[in-house]
Amino acid sequence: MKQPVTYTLYHPKWYRRPMSTYWWTKRWRYLRFILRELSSISVAWTVILLLLLINSMGDEAMYAGYLDWLQSPWLVVLNAFALVFLLFHTVTWFNLAPRAMAVRLRGKRLPDWAVAAPNFIAWAVLSAGVVWFVLKGV
Amino acid sequence: MAETIVLEVARYRPEIEAEPAFENFEVPCRPDWVVLDALNYIKDAIDGTLSFRWSCRMGVCGSCGMMVNGEPKLTCATFLTDYLPGPIRIEPLSNFPIVRDLIIEMSDFMTKLQGVKPWIIRNEDLPVSQGEYRQSPEQLETYKQFSMCINCLLCYAACPVYGLDQHFVGPAALALAQRYNLDSRDEGEAQRLEILSEHEGIWGCTFVGECSVVCPKHVDPAGAIQQYKLKAVTEWFKSILLPRGGRD
Amino acid sequence: MARRSIEPLLWSLFSAGGVVSAFFMPVLIFLFGIAFPLGLIEAPGFQSISELIKHPITRLVLMVVCIFPLFHWAHRFRFTLYDGLQIKHLNEVIAVVCYGGALFGTVLAGYLLWNIG
Repeated sequence: MKQPVTYTLYHPKWYRRPMSTYWWTKRWRYLRFILRELSSISVAWTVILLLLLINSMGDEAMYAGYLDWLQSPWLVVLNAFALVFLLFHTVTWFNLAPRAMAVRLRGKRLPDWAVAAPNFIAWAVLSAGVVWFVLKGV
Repeated sequence: MAETIVLEVARYRPEIEAEPAFENFEVPCRPDWVVLDALNYIKDAIDGTLSFRWSCRMGVCGSCGMMVNGEPKLTCATFLTDYLPGPIRIEPLSNFPIVRDLIIEMSDFMTKLQGVKPWIIRNEDLPVSQGEYRQSPEQLETYKQFSMCINCLLCYAACPVYGLDQHFVGPAALALAQRYNLDSRDEGEAQRLEILSEHEGIWGCTFVGECSVVCPKHVDPAGAIQQYKLKAVTEWFKSILLPRGGRD
Repeated sequence: MARRSIEPLLWSLFSAGGVVSAFFMPVLIFLFGIAFPLGLIEAPGFQSISELIKHPITRLVLMVVCIFPLFHWAHRFRFTLYDGLQIKHLNEVIAVVCYGGALFGTVLAGYLLWNIG
């Protein structure tokens, strides 16, 4: 609904306050929001790492080169940051999900934790599954 | 305990100031006084020209919303003693033009509110002789939370998306649209969806969530908007997969 | 009634990507970005991991784990640029860069997964 912004016709002199470009530094919750949104950069970065891993499947030397490259100190530091942001993404995502999906059981809305909890459990199970498959192979 | 507290009140008198400036007032700090009491004290005893809106003094009318130390608050429910030793900074609600002192211009919201058709829409109105539209407690419960809105506009003042782009329909209007969508007596959901999902109406929301934090009535507009998006997505896929039918 | 707006599609890709990322990304970056390089866990040998990745089901999973999160990034990053920097007037450019980047990544992922080894 893109409506024109309307105000009353004959008006006195209003004062419009401009919004600072740095509005998100003004309140902790705004800053947290921007950090949550920026976690998407970590997501994209992880995809790049995955694509490089897939690319290194050509032969043994390429894979060894990939693992070697991952050991660069700056990359480890970068990945540690990325992990923090990704955990932040996961936690905020599961905690916000119940608000977007009002699950009702016999007419009563389930409490938020009852919707979020299965997500956290599934997260733990899937993570364990990924570790198992990566370490043990098929 | 301090006997008085200082209020830094934003003044904007178009005939005097080119832009808002703060004026300090020292007021008694009584334990049972809220910010609105202090403002009324200023108006009665110190400066009768101070302009602000208020009515019910009990958190129902939604007219006394202001920024208190930068947070949108109902001033009738914000106690002075919570801000000791002060000072307390009082400003008009953010994201709206200022008319005078603490009074904001809200007709933009009023237009948007009307735009989402916040009333019960029936395909066919039943004659009165057929009785009332009945509703079970469970059906009431599905939308009751969203019906608690008192249009105080604290959510608009907290919403950076509205502040940045005033084309965004905004939290309260969308929550009220959802309130009628969820009402078992209403049949206007398709009409509202038509209006809201076609353009950037709901899609501008990035779930900052601040609207729900500041809401004095626990309406959770942010949740309502995400639910609305989910609904719009479902309808969108339905309209792709089932080009005809598919929609009620 | 035509629904020409593409936002519902973009938002559903964003949401799907959010879910996939939430489930899979932390453990993946922990293993490959931290645990293996630091030697906390021994990295799997070439034989084992290449067998795993070449398995058709793994390829499918990896496809999902690459594509949706890319669109998740594109959507969030687009709005972060709008909100955080107030550059909504560059709408078209930003959208092309973000979603175009995600599309490019999708094609690349498809190409790599198709041609492993």
